[in-house]
Amino acid sequence: MGVKSLISDSLIVTWKDLMELFRNKMGLIMLVLMPIFMMSLAGFIFPSSTSISHVSVALVNEDEGYGNYTSASEILIAALEEMNNRTDMMTITNASSLDEVREMIQGGEVDGGIMIASNFTSSLVTGKQGIITVVTDESNPQMSMVLQIALKEVFEQIGTWVAEQNVRGLSEVVDESNSLAIVKPYSVQTEGAVAGEFSYFDFMAPGLMAMTVMMSVMTGLPAAISHEREVGTLDGMMVAPINRLAIILGKTLAQTARGLLQGILILILAVVLFGVTIHGNVLLIFALLLLGVFSFVGLGVVITSFAKDQETAMMVMMTLMFPMMFLSGVFFPIQQMPWYMQGISKVLPLTYLATALRKVMVSGAWVSMITTELAVMIGFGVVMTTIAMPVFKRAMTR
Amino acid sequence: MANLKSGLMIETKDLTKRFNGLVAVDHVSFNVKRGEIFGLLGPNGAGKTTTIRMLSTLTRPTEGSATVGGYDIVKDENKVRKLIGLVSEKIIMYDRLTAKENLWFFGKLYDVPKDVLNKRIDELLGLVQLGSWKGSQVGTFSSGMRQRMNVIRALLNMPEVLLLDEPTLGLDPQSSVEVREFVKKINSENKTTIILTTHMMVEADMLCDRIAIIDHGKIVALDTSRNLKKLVSGADTTILELEIANPTTDMVSSIHSLECVSSVSHDDATHIRVHANGNDAFDTIIDAIRAEKGKISSVRNLEPALEDVFLHITGHEVRDNADRKIPMRGHGPFRARRRVR
Repeated sequence: MGVKSLISDSLIVTWKDLMELFRNKMGLIMLVLMPIFMMSLAGFIFPSSTSISHVSVALVNEDEGYGNYTSASEILIAALEEMNNRTDMMTITNASSLDEVREMIQGGEVDGGIMIASNFTSSLVTGKQGIITVVTDESNPQMSMVLQIALKEVFEQIGTWVAEQNVRGLSEVVDESNSLAIVKPYSVQTEGAVAGEFSYFDFMAPGLMAMTVMMSVMTGLPAAISHEREVGTLDGMMVAPINRLAIILGKTLAQTARGLLQGILILILAVVLFGVTIHGNVLLIFALLLLGVFSFVGLGVVITSFAKDQETAMMVMMTLMFPMMFLSGVFFPIQQMPWYMQGISKVLPLTYLATALRKVMVSGAWVSMITTELAVMIGFGVVMTTIAMPVFKRAMTR
Repeated sequence: MANLKSGLMIETKDLTKRFNGLVAVDHVSFNVKRGEIFGLLGPNGAGKTTTIRMLSTLTRPTEGSATVGGYDIVKDENKVRKLIGLVSEKIIMYDRLTAKENLWFFGKLYDVPKDVLNKRIDELLGLVQLGSWKGSQVGTFSSGMRQRMNVIRALLNMPEVLLLDEPTLGLDPQSSVEVREFVKKINSENKTTIILTTHMMVEADMLCDRIAIIDHGKIVALDTSRNLKKLVSGADTTILELEIANPTTDMVSSIHSLECVSSVSHDDATHIRVHANGNDAFDTIIDAIRAEKGKISSVRNLEPALEDVFLHITGHEVRDNADRKIPMRGHGPFRARRRVR
């Protein structure tokens, strides 16, 4: 009797919540648009050095040459231009001095500058290193970093090429076939554990799914309950002879359905639009999402109990969600964070859900390879649910 | 089914509710007989809603106890819940669901079997002339229609006790009359016991067998409407509303100083309300105004209303009280209209 009516009452509440959801046309549109926006924005905006193009750069050549040697900077610039023609990375404008470059950067005319020092040729001829200065815009750290890395690579390549030419002239035994190996004895190649090409989307899609599920349970549940409390309809359920648990259970089921719907949508989008390949078991992915719901729901209920109205609930949620979003490795790898942030990240359940999903989706992991993540999520869920139930019961009979 | 040892459907004993030290309901004790319509009358913030919420198991009492249908509201809360229907001050309806879906949802929570429920929904909708709106979303309804839905929602489980919290709040006069007639009908046809809160004397007067006047969380008087009014008129009270074209402060203070006058209050710049006792109070007051060369534009002799019973019993006005407690509610236009004799 007890369990049976609990389940049937929960399902009635779920039915009601889903009816309300599907009647809300605008809400449904947002439900579909949100993951699309998230995917596109995060995927396309995230900086990667290979994809930048048409960065405007000012070039200053102060090289004075050395005696009757041809100015070495001419060769450098020719090589730079030749490379740029292939990649369209930069739009080069000429400037007369370093100060002018600085002014141009400050005025926002260019994103960065390159200066070849006046003793460039003389240094090279006399056996010293030629100095090239790259000026960047500190007010735009993202761009500054990308430009630095890209230009360093460009000059490295040109430098290697010049060095090759130089060593060929030094000895008879050096020719085109071995000059590169002499200048650069090591060549680095990278290969993933799983065959195939990977993009940032492969990294992000699992995290985004994890986040969507978390959001629907953690914001959806408190918002739904505190909204009903505010408009008074919650009383209609509370005054009926049903278990209080059925109300939460029913609402959680409805929110889970919503979250899963979004999760599936992200999965489809990721595969169809962004070329993500799923290497693991799709059923395991859904199972993980459900487990994720279980581990977040307790926290959601606790917040619901403490927040007296919808506004407060939303504010508490936002405060908790933003750190979670960024610290759980959804958008950025955890490993690139400072140690204390990594510490916080390790106590967030979302981290484990995102990691587990990523392992399964990207590297095709099976249950035995994600036991730690599973254990943490189950543990967190059990603890939070145990705390949540009495807290909720108390809050409801205030 | 109710489990009654006595004929009392509801018994409360020293029912008390405190919120963070603020006493909302203060040792309230009353009994309601089976089939009775019992009114809780008082200004906003007097503790009516909290009392109803305690009886409907939505709030736990801090102190004291109460039984509904013989069941304790704390220990046997689920048994109480099966017996009662609640019409809350707020409309318990989901705007995005249709009338039928709403009723189906709440009916299901009471475990009403499918075929019985479908039949009952049609009956109830027909009873409040909303049969043709069955498939429309409640969000599109007028406030009168919504309130009728709100009332029939509470009847889905055929409750033995119906708790109504301000059932006509914010309704136009015609809708109010309809709701009141409906409440009366439920009571007479099904012998449903009804507790009703209101701040309108007229409403309590029309519907209730007995009325408890509640103020600052305490019951200050409990009797039939007729007996409550006798408290005022029986004491020889005259209530005059005077419109004076040229009122002065001297005039007011001279009225006030009359031996028979118990209180003088301003309704606005030209209207003065005077409470007085004694047989010749009317003449004495008029004479006093004439003596101050006051030009009386109109005089109305008022029948005791809630305000007057209230004033008589508590010594302060309903309005002061209400405005101080909940300044934003704006029930002004709907506040008790005094009938003029």
